[in-house]
Amino acid sequence: MTATATRAAGAPPLQRRLLGFNLLTGIVLGVAGYWVAYALAGLIHGASLDSYAETGQSDVQIMIGYFGGVVGFLAGLGFLNYPIMRILGHPPNIPDHEVEEPGMAKFLRLSTDHKVIAMQYMMGIGVFFFVGGLNAMLIRTELLSPSTHVFGANQYLTVVGMHGSMMMGMMTSGILGPFANWVVPLMIGSRRMAFPRIEALTFWMLMAAGAVLISTIFFGGFQTGWTGYEPLSDQGTAGYDAYIGFFTLVSISMCLLGLNLAVTIVTMRAPGMTWSRLPIFCWAVLATCLLMVLAAPMLTATLLMGAMDRTMDTGYFIPGVGGSAFLWENLFWVFGHPEVYVLAIPGFGIVLELIPVFARKPLWGYRLAVAGMMGVALFSFFVWQHHLFVSGINADLRPFYMLSTEIISLPTGFTFLCVMGTLWRGRIRLTVPMLFCLAWAFNFLFGGISGVFNSDVPSDVTTHGSFFVMAHFHYTIMGGLIFAFFAAIYYWLPKMTGFKLSERLGKIHFWWMFIAFNSTFGPLFAVGFLGMPRRVITYPTSLIGLNRWVSVSAFLLGLSMLFFLYIVIKGLVYDREPAEDNPWHSKSFEWSLPTPVPAYDFNRIPVFSGDPYPYGETPASTPAGGPEPATAGAV
Amino acid sequence: METDQTPHFRRVAILWLIATAILTPIVIFVLGPGLPPGNGSVQASGQTADNIVLLALSVPVAMAVLVTLGYEIWAFRERNLNGPVLDGPAITGNSSIQMWWLIITTTLVLFLAGFGSVRLLQDGSGGGQGPTPLVNPTGHQHALQVQVLAQQWEFTYRYPQYGGIETPTLELPANTLVEFHVTSLDVVHSFWAYQLGVKADANPGEDNIAYVNTKGPLSFAIHCAELCGVWHGYMFETGKVVSQPDFATWIKAMQVQYGPAAKSLPPYSTHYFPEPVGRGS
Repeated sequence: MTATATRAAGAPPLQRRLLGFNLLTGIVLGVAGYWVAYALAGLIHGASLDSYAETGQSDVQIMIGYFGGVVGFLAGLGFLNYPIMRILGHPPNIPDHEVEEPGMAKFLRLSTDHKVIAMQYMMGIGVFFFVGGLNAMLIRTELLSPSTHVFGANQYLTVVGMHGSMMMGMMTSGILGPFANWVVPLMIGSRRMAFPRIEALTFWMLMAAGAVLISTIFFGGFQTGWTGYEPLSDQGTAGYDAYIGFFTLVSISMCLLGLNLAVTIVTMRAPGMTWSRLPIFCWAVLATCLLMVLAAPMLTATLLMGAMDRTMDTGYFIPGVGGSAFLWENLFWVFGHPEVYVLAIPGFGIVLELIPVFARKPLWGYRLAVAGMMGVALFSFFVWQHHLFVSGINADLRPFYMLSTEIISLPTGFTFLCVMGTLWRGRIRLTVPMLFCLAWAFNFLFGGISGVFNSDVPSDVTTHGSFFVMAHFHYTIMGGLIFAFFAAIYYWLPKMTGFKLSERLGKIHFWWMFIAFNSTFGPLFAVGFLGMPRRVITYPTSLIGLNRWVSVSAFLLGLSMLFFLYIVIKGLVYDREPAEDNPWHSKSFEWSLPTPVPAYDFNRIPVFSGDPYPYGETPASTPAGGPEPATAGAV
Repeated sequence: METDQTPHFRRVAILWLIATAILTPIVIFVLGPGLPPGNGSVQASGQTADNIVLLALSVPVAMAVLVTLGYEIWAFRERNLNGPVLDGPAITGNSSIQMWWLIITTTLVLFLAGFGSVRLLQDGSGGGQGPTPLVNPTGHQHALQVQVLAQQWEFTYRYPQYGGIETPTLELPANTLVEFHVTSLDVVHSFWAYQLGVKADANPGEDNIAYVNTKGPLSFAIHCAELCGVWHGYMFETGKVVSQPDFATWIKAMQVQYGPAAKSLPPYSTHYFPEPVGRGS
């Protein structure tokens, strides 16, 4: 505890340190900003607003309130200082480089150090992941029996909607936020991101988004699930305004995060870091960023239209006044399908990045892997109407969307081939990160195969809107993204924090989570096949057995997350065993830096040469991107 | 280079063949008959057949990945994690394997898309096809028309060929082509008749047509399959396919019971524009 002692010696008293631009000020100004904007918006009167009088809540006031709250929050964190100083004529005062700052206080302030922001993401995303997971536990508690024994129907749907929105919204940055922000600059030999303050902004906007979503419980919740279909959402009470505010902030944050990372990768690579030497994780991030930048604005615009329908009595989505419910469905899924690949591709990247390290072999089929991820990113813009196969719109196009959806399994398959090829004749070290990577392959395989059923129109007529779909996307997102997320945590967290995590406990956590996960979501395929629609609070008595099994498994899955929390707290707070510089013997550049990585990252800009994965008994004579070696081994 | 001469590839291929040869018949003959939605209608049987084909085809694919991964973990595992960290051979790719992988998966995918399209174009597969269906089964001009009216939170049914009466329950004659016109009076719902293999979204102000050829008498579950508000979970009921004489009796009784009420209903239309709340007043 010498670190705390030295800090306490020269530091000003606590009450002085609480003043200033930090999270506390941000929260205070955020709450104040909400009420000020809310009060000011109350001055707006109009005949059209009277129609909402029966609920006693004005959507105009609440939405403007949210806007004021977010502005206040960001101002309290100090985001406005620099622009205001510049407007007032002060010279630029951005520090030349990051300076070392001991203690935890930096995590509660606006920071432009990509490593600090990554840790902030890790904690922030972690909190909301746990809230979202808790919602899942509540859903499964209600579904223990077909009666309404825990929640009313309205509360239940709010919990369902919050779970979906939280996971689909916050976890878009689940890997990019903590890991891409931390590792991409190091991998490409840059000391910072292209836009460090925008990097910070994406994080704090996401936190504001989470708070806005949770505030829905003060306004009666929302009944639309994360898809927010109109015109049901137009009926919604003020709780739906929180949904709009949440996803608007998420979409802006996503777009900026994607822009920032893409520009970083394109422009900030160190000498020698050619495109064919770029670590595969950076390619995955780049593919994801293209999706984020192109798809997220679609969501922003769609939500704006929805907000106008609610506040200004426009009728974009209202049948009967010239609008159409189809319009929302299409606009939403034009964003929504790329969005699910925003969740999937970073998982591909993590797995392909880690498997060479633990198979002790170069990445097999580097160019194929790149083509795979870029292909998925490209095709994901042409498949969205597979969510609408039975909706009655463009029924003649269903064969096309069936084809495009099934074609997207080709580039996804490349990833599998590269995984299998890299493992082939390797010296596979079954460490905890490797176990999670292998589990990714197992889970995503079943997620992918079940996706074929959903993409096949005749089969989808039965599976659409049922628990089968729900099991499918939990296999791809939870089984794909979250397993890759844990692989990345076990792999990089020692480097990020400087402290070891227990390998033994990590293995227990892995098996616990892996078995509980499959025991939870495997039976849900059957539940869906047997005819249970999604998002229902009750079900036929014949499904009680299966649902109880799933609920109990889900509780075990939830407990495995608590066990993980225990491992982290034990490793980082109690044991504090210093991590080695390179415990995995990785040859990636970030592992050649000292642990923990200094604020300034490295003194000299590195020069890269050769293969990004120079494992192998013979020195890598052919750089990736060069001609394939003729040797095929025993194959 | 590695001097390991063990025929790993041949072993994996043999294991894959064995696993596929054992599991495929199990999937087709044991799991297959239990696959949804069963044989309640011609379209339902078609979907079941589709599901069996997809499941059978997924066995070799899944086994190719699982057997390979399993074998790799078993055969190439570093057993001494405390010893020196040794590397595997520096193989960075194999273009012929990549090419064969691409050829095989592309063929499979094109086959699946073609297969699904052909099946879809045969009888519409019971899915909602919008107001102008692409697939019109033979004799659809003489089909029994049933309008499904979805609203929060119940389904009602209109029989335009029987005076446009609106009934609270759904009964259909056996061995008949039925033309469902699904529409909604408020928000988006989805009409899902599970055993019939019918699912069609009910959109406000839009007509969505789905065809089904009924078979013998049965009861079928009807659910709303699109989140439609608070009581979405309770929007279910049971419909019946009955013999043709029984249907004639039933519809006569319905005409007697609901005929007078039908006079005060809006005239039959393929869609009804719902009155938006709080707008334009």
